[in-house]
Amino acid sequence: MSEQTVTPAAPATAPAPRRALALPGFLSRSTLLRHLLLTVLAGVVLYLLTQQLDPFRNFQLATVAAYLCATAGLTLLVGMNGQLSLGHGALMAVGAYTVALTQNALADRGITGNQVLPLSLALGVLVTMAAGAVIGLAAARLRGPYLAGVTLAVAIAVPAATVTFDEVFNSEQGLSVAVEPPPLSLGRYFPNERWQAWVALCGALLTMLLLANLVRSRVGRNLRAVRDDEVAARLSGIHVARTQVLAFVVSAASAGLGGGLMALLAQSVSPGAFSLTLSLFLLMAVVIGGLGSLSGAVWGAILLVALPDLTHDSTLLVSLSPAAAQRLEGNLPLAVFGLTLIVVMIAAPGGVQGLLRRIGARARRRVPAR
Amino acid sequence: MDRFVFLTFDGLSKGAVLAAFALALVLIWRAARIVNFAQGAMAVAAAYAGYSVTTATGSYWLGFAAALLGGLLIGVVVERAVMRFVDHASPLSEVIVALGLVLVLQAVLGMVYGNEFLPAGTPFSRTALSVGDVPLLSRYDLFVFGAVLLVLVGLALLFTRTSVGLRMRASAFAPEVSRLLGVNVGGMLTLGWALASAVGALAALLVIPTELGLHPHAMDLVFVSAFTAAVVGGLDSPPGAVVGGLTVGLILSYVSGYLGSDVTPMAVLVLLLAVLLVRPGGLFSSTVARQA
Amino acid sequence: MTADDVILQVKGLTAEYGAAPVLQEVDLTVRAGTIAAVLGANGAGKTTLLRTLSGLVKPSGGEIVYSGQPLLGVPVEQLVRRGMAHVPEGRGVVAELTVDENLRLGGLWRRDRGDAAKALTEVYELFEPLAQRRRSAGHQLSGGERQMLALGRALVARPKLLLLDEPSLGLAPRVIAQIMALLRQLRDTTGLTVLLVEQNVRSALSVADEAVVMSLGRIVTATSADRLRDDEELRHAYLGF
Repeated sequence: MSEQTVTPAAPATAPAPRRALALPGFLSRSTLLRHLLLTVLAGVVLYLLTQQLDPFRNFQLATVAAYLCATAGLTLLVGMNGQLSLGHGALMAVGAYTVALTQNALADRGITGNQVLPLSLALGVLVTMAAGAVIGLAAARLRGPYLAGVTLAVAIAVPAATVTFDEVFNSEQGLSVAVEPPPLSLGRYFPNERWQAWVALCGALLTMLLLANLVRSRVGRNLRAVRDDEVAARLSGIHVARTQVLAFVVSAASAGLGGGLMALLAQSVSPGAFSLTLSLFLLMAVVIGGLGSLSGAVWGAILLVALPDLTHDSTLLVSLSPAAAQRLEGNLPLAVFGLTLIVVMIAAPGGVQGLLRRIGARARRRVPAR
Repeated sequence: MDRFVFLTFDGLSKGAVLAAFALALVLIWRAARIVNFAQGAMAVAAAYAGYSVTTATGSYWLGFAAALLGGLLIGVVVERAVMRFVDHASPLSEVIVALGLVLVLQAVLGMVYGNEFLPAGTPFSRTALSVGDVPLLSRYDLFVFGAVLLVLVGLALLFTRTSVGLRMRASAFAPEVSRLLGVNVGGMLTLGWALASAVGALAALLVIPTELGLHPHAMDLVFVSAFTAAVVGGLDSPPGAVVGGLTVGLILSYVSGYLGSDVTPMAVLVLLLAVLLVRPGGLFSSTVARQA
Repeated sequence: MTADDVILQVKGLTAEYGAAPVLQEVDLTVRAGTIAAVLGANGAGKTTLLRTLSGLVKPSGGEIVYSGQPLLGVPVEQLVRRGMAHVPEGRGVVAELTVDENLRLGGLWRRDRGDAAKALTEVYELFEPLAQRRRSAGHQLSGGERQMLALGRALVARPKLLLLDEPSLGLAPRVIAQIMALLRQLRDTTGLTVLLVEQNVRSALSVADEAVVMSLGRIVTATSADRLRDDEELRHAYLGF
């Protein structure tokens, strides 16, 4: 990234970045400070929340946190950098299987303790980053539907690989993951779900903090400049391909962490959990949440957990035969997701956040016209 | 050697189906500059419609006709009710909307028919006929070749010999000029989607009995393989799609025959990446300058 | 002039591109069987005027009456059925189609297949070079051949009113002269009305009966072509030479 420190801020990329440059050091440090403060604040609120929630809700909260890692990474890639990935479910699988294999290997060797979880999660992130770099290198040379096609192939090929190398991944059955109970220092009867929520939330908060800072940095501006106009970005000295690969790697790292957390939560991994449908769900979540900002990823992650729950409740309201109820329950969320996705793309391409902004702008425009 | 010969013929039969499906992708790409990621799900939906009719009437051919008709209708509805309203400024939005369609269609099929594999029958025997001691082709393979060939010839005649074909080509190349000359460009676009969707439905009907059976996800891998075939051919070229389909079919047949069928998805990925990175424009891309 | 004479009547036509006005209160009257030239600098709104007349641009105000019928709201693809042909900026030859296909495209809407075929033959007789290149693709043609093809394709529809956008652009003077002579001939023999947008003022005035000058989206003067050609002061004021 050497030339990014050498190149002055692109004049083409609007006056805002230039102003940020004019106030060096202090402002960027205070952005970091602000993000840190926000993270700590969110951490405290969520900590208090986990004390109040029952185990089931804590588990859901943990799932939201795991999804959030992946959706935040995907928002960075699609929303900020304009690269479409239909393969993030597969990247989550890479993280999940790495964590599963690491956890089991460590457990087999009798290695236990507090360092196990961070170690296996870090390994999961690293391996997924490597996978992301490989896809990203190809992606940097591809555009639009071609990139979508390649990532779609990834989404289908990765689950199939678990069958090909079944002596490692154990085919369709998958692997169970050895996870230690909550540390004894928390007390003998500490609920496991609360512990899971803590672990997952730590991961999610860390991801959000790092991504939020990245988005506000020069790298973030480069990402957006490449998205908006590749030629202009290139002319202003941005290495387009490198920026795109970087976006893919960072995005993959987040997905890998999300996948690793999923493996810990479910205490098992199987190809069925990381199918093409998961990839489409993730994409749907970030589109509906709003591609423009990381907060859209939060809405998306919540939606991924809440919507199946809501449709589950609503199917209970109608009396059906068990078989029909099962069909409905499995498929209704998909239908709702898909329909919402289409409607959002056609009626409100900015997602929830963009919709709010547009309504605001229209109301303001109407006033002075009269 | 016998095995190689068998795999070659099997690959050609698979390739014929991929060619048809890739051709459907090319049709929509030429008409609307959209890669229709929903084509697999649309084709499966049509195949399910055919399955229902076959189950109700006991006739394969009535189901066959119903599936093709269903394909036409699905194409019309998708274009008129959904794709027409998508903002074409970013290629992302078309892909994302198509994926939304995939979710909806697969979910509805799952709700109606369940997420289990349903058996799909064939009108002809799938037992390979042997020449000497070497098993070559089944009657069903011959049927597949015939059906695909019929579609190819039919489409070629439609586009080069009829006035509707001329209108469709003109609408795709120069929509504004075509409107000034009195061509109903919107109608031609709908027709293009309908035709492509019907060809996709045919491909689904032909390929599903040779795989695990009818399932909402039955065409997922076929779609990726056909997309690869279309990319090999250059996305813009119908003859390219056919050659691409046969090539991909052969390669996948050798891979699954010698390395195992579960390697196929990875082989598709590698093949797609190789083609895109080596020849991004495809092997048959036409280089006609776009001048108005 | 009587009302029957008027084939096209435009009143207060206004159009915007985003927030910028590109046509402001344009009034225009074209009599049947005449050639009317629309002159003016680049960006004066000439092309937008033609595009608004044929419905490609939606106006924000004003009215268009063609052959006694209001034209606004009529779909673009219906206009050719009412006898209006538009040869757009850049000629609109479909590069991927052959000469023959391009020409046939012009008459596909017609119910009278016999007369459509006859019109096609006439166009081939009128444009000898096209007849020799029937099977060539549009992108293989020279600029002059493309202009012939675009004109010929419009004539296959047997229009009453021809909207012609910059036919002289990029052509040799000899070819321009041929095209202008052809327009004159069509007016005299078939009674064709032509609304001719041109930057090449001399060529346009050599065939036009009437002339309007546009500037910044407005019509600044409307007069007879003879007067604009001969009155040096007027020419100087509006056309700068």
